[in-house]
Amino acid sequence: MATQLLTGNEAVAQAALDGAVSLGTGYPGTPSTEILERFDALGGRAQWAPNEKVALEVGLGVAFANARALVTMKHVGLNVAADPLFSATHTGVAQGLVIAVADDPGMHSSQNEQDTRHYAEAAGAPLLEPGDAQQAYDYTLQALELSARYQLPVILRMTTRVCHSKSPVRPREARMEAPAPRYERDIPGRVMIPAYARPAHERLRERLEALAGDQAPAALLREEGTSTALGIVASGVAAAHAREAAPEARLLEVGMSYPAPMGPIRAFAEQVERCVVLEEGDPYLYRAVRAAGIEVEGKPEPFRCGELTADRVRRILERDGRPEPAPEAAGEPPRLCADCSHRRVFQVLSRLECIVSGDIGCYTLGVMPPFEAMDTCVCMGASVSVGLGLRHALPAEQARRVVSVIGDSTFVHTGINGLVEMAYNPPNTGHVLLILDNDTTAMTGLQEHPGTGRRLDHRPAERKLRYEALALAMGITNVHTVDPAESAEELERLVRDCLASEELAVIVARHPCSLASRRLAAFQGEGESSGS
Amino acid sequence: MSGGTVTSVVIAGLGGQGIVTASDILAEAAFRAGHEVKKSEIHGMSQRGGSVSSDVRFGGRVHSPMVPLGAADYLIISESTQVAPNRHRLAPHGRLITPAAVPQLFNEEDPRRAAQAAKMVNVALLAVLSAHLELPEGCWLAAIRATLPERLHAMNERVFRQARGLETIFASLTGGGRGGRAQ
Ligand SMILES: Cc1ncc(C[n+]2csc(CCOP(=O)(O)OP(=O)(O)O)c2C)c(N)n1
Ligand code: SF4
Repeated sequence: MATQLLTGNEAVAQAALDGAVSLGTGYPGTPSTEILERFDALGGRAQWAPNEKVALEVGLGVAFANARALVTMKHVGLNVAADPLFSATHTGVAQGLVIAVADDPGMHSSQNEQDTRHYAEAAGAPLLEPGDAQQAYDYTLQALELSARYQLPVILRMTTRVCHSKSPVRPREARMEAPAPRYERDIPGRVMIPAYARPAHERLRERLEALAGDQAPAALLREEGTSTALGIVASGVAAAHAREAAPEARLLEVGMSYPAPMGPIRAFAEQVERCVVLEEGDPYLYRAVRAAGIEVEGKPEPFRCGELTADRVRRILERDGRPEPAPEAAGEPPRLCADCSHRRVFQVLSRLECIVSGDIGCYTLGVMPPFEAMDTCVCMGASVSVGLGLRHALPAEQARRVVSVIGDSTFVHTGINGLVEMAYNPPNTGHVLLILDNDTTAMTGLQEHPGTGRRLDHRPAERKLRYEALALAMGITNVHTVDPAESAEELERLVRDCLASEELAVIVARHPCSLASRRLAAFQGEGESSGS
Repeated sequence: MSGGTVTSVVIAGLGGQGIVTASDILAEAAFRAGHEVKKSEIHGMSQRGGSVSSDVRFGGRVHSPMVPLGAADYLIISESTQVAPNRHRLAPHGRLITPAAVPQLFNEEDPRRAAQAAKMVNVALLAVLSAHLELPEGCWLAAIRATLPERLHAMNERVFRQARGLETIFASLTGGGRGGRAQ
């Protein structure tokens, strides 16, 4: 196929197709979301899971069945999927299992800046770090191959710049052949009771050692330049910044940062007078290299935060300790669309002076003026459980004002667990959960989920999760539905009554996201979205 | 910076104004003209009217996908309120291109046509840019067709040709064109 201009995300999807991945699954999260959307558009089988843990487990099952799987998520998604990850390295896989995890240095659209590479080491999962779209393509295929050869899940660490930057990609001439799915019973290999897990751990360490010493991943190392003065060991997009900031330097681009190829790094460092490790995020590679007894410099502490740029790399190399220029006025902050029904909800909560245990989604913008109607926002699903904790501990007159507010996609993701807790351990003052059902995952660009009744490609699903029925099934009888756009008064009355009742209550505030309605109408051919 | 022949363009505006699409067209045109291209932007929360900007770099050998601060050769702004927050991206020699460069688009009296024209501001601004770059017109038109849905091709191609033609005439008369120079 001809060379194409692709984003890193599109390149991963193309590689999944060319690598005969039989199932792509994941949960939306900027900047990873477009991988599965593109895989679907290319004709791959892609589906959204309710959360990242489920996605990884489904992918693992596929890889047990001797078929290839791609699982996608943003960095914080791996926190949710960490449990299966740590055991999947012990069970191993029969075929390629690649977990594409997108870090967000600079927090362009995330609640933290965590560095996925720590998980690779902690769980014992090999990790590749592409630096541009071509590498995103090549490394995805490499990851599939390594995963099958070493029978380990492999993490592909993407970063925002790599996910969303476009550059030319030349695909492979021939697609990989799809393996024939089959079940091979391997009880000690797949059932992690202690007796089987102990040898499994030893097996894992042997596999990692073999991988670290293997000559095969040579494709994941690239050396350029001849300087003997300055050498740079770089991973991911940092290599591009290094080429720009210091074209004269000798460069070793490390594609696999766990387990890092210490032999070649040592040989490289010995050829130069000064050797600097450049990487986005924590000084992960730097520490690993130092721990191996190799003399290298890292980046000063302030460069752990935020994205690297060619300018910042120049400062690191010049040991420029002057304070960095303050970022210019950032322009317009994001805000709720003018006709967003979330607005009505936060007006009500603000008027009733509620203590709002909030969650993550477009509705988090309810924290901004003029509403300022959110008091906590921690991680997906936390609104329900944190609200319960507040109710348990606060004096009754304050506890009675606590409301948990969660979006529909977030409720399905991890809010359901909180609702089980609410039904099981109710606070003395009761509790009110408000589910803002706008029929989409708006925040990340309007993805479907089990509650919309539509599949990833927006076509009808066989079933639609009903939150009211779910709450009733848990034994919560005080369940209401209201359209906040149609009647904010009705919503206000309901919240007031439910708070006063001191019982457990679930209120579903249901009104479609206006942006999603337009997009869906365009998709269904009933109307047209805006032009260029 | 290595490779003096790299051209750096920043396109900025508000979410929902088609900034990413405009930068896709530019990147695709440069790619079709045989250049090495890198394009980079931050998006994710753009549907709610927040600021969006996209960097496009092309030429000989492009390394970093991001235009360094104060190094944009061209800064294209789709809405006048966004000039101030982005001006620092422009190099001292750089050229600022705003909707003021395409007044013909705002002269439509018929409200339906005026609304249509407003949606094509970005393509008109790219046309103004195109008069200052050495990318063949055929590559631009092919890029428009490859990026936009088919029903929008004819309108956008017409606007592109018209704005490119006008800017070329202005540039030859004034030695600068209507795009305007940065101070
Ligand atoms: C563990 C985890 N996965 C994914 C995300 C990205 N993310 C943030 S909010 C959100 C869902 C928003 O959808 P919803 O709750 O329906 O609210 P809406 O934006 O539609 O108002 C997602 C996927 C995240 N922050 N954390
Ligand atoms: S995208 Fe939808 S949910 Fe998000 S602010 Fe706009 S209308 Fe509200």
